[in-house]
Amino acid sequence: MEVFLGYFNLSVAFLVIVSMVMMLGRLLGGPTLYDRILAVNSFGTKTILFLCVFCFVINRPDGLDIALLYALMNFIATIAVLKFFNYRNLGVPLIQEQMEDRT
Amino acid sequence: MMLSVILAAAAAAEQGASFTFDWFGFLRAFLSCLSILAGLFFVLAGTLGVLRLPDFYTRLHAAGMTDTLGAELILLGLIIQSGFTQVSLKLLLVAFFLLITSPTATHAIANAAHKAGLAPKLGKYKAPSLDGDAS
Repeated sequence: MEVFLGYFNLSVAFLVIVSMVMMLGRLLGGPTLYDRILAVNSFGTKTILFLCVFCFVINRPDGLDIALLYALMNFIATIAVLKFFNYRNLGVPLIQEQMEDRT
Repeated sequence: MMLSVILAAAAAAEQGASFTFDWFGFLRAFLSCLSILAGLFFVLAGTLGVLRLPDFYTRLHAAGMTDTLGAELILLGLIIQSGFTQVSLKLLLVAFFLLITSPTATHAIANAAHKAGLAPKLGKYKAPSLDGDAS
């Protein structure tokens, strides 16, 4: 059963990689900017899944910490890129009243 | 002679009875494989939707829904596989953060695209106007 689960996890990791490669098509050929951001976000989620499954394949749970870090960083990166393309600047406060105080 | 045969038979029967199939482990592996396969189906369907659907909002719909559910199902399968350990706790944390951040990121992308004036591809329906929004 251990052997079967090992091969099963390996094939799952391979299929997640196939899914990531398919997502690269939308990332490179997306007509708009938001398609690309969506593809990057989805790619990050699949990266987390691949890390978690691959930790079970190689039987070392160290990569789960990296997966946890990646889950948080992926979200922050998406929000930062969206904010940058909205304001063309990362130093703008998001709350409207603070912005009125500043200007 | 007779006694030794009986004793050997009794020992063999005892040995045969002590061989037990690991039902709990089998059930755990089965449930884990089922959950992981369901999650993999959702992940691949979402990827196919992102590649094939005609405009941005439908692609966002495909990716946003299936990524959350597929990731949660795959992580649930891994949790079942690992049992009650520290690994399971870490996987639970990853699942928790994904459950919070993935729909939020999807909402942020949709909101940014709508505010930037990206028009959805519509048939007979009309898009909600930007002025009527509560945001």
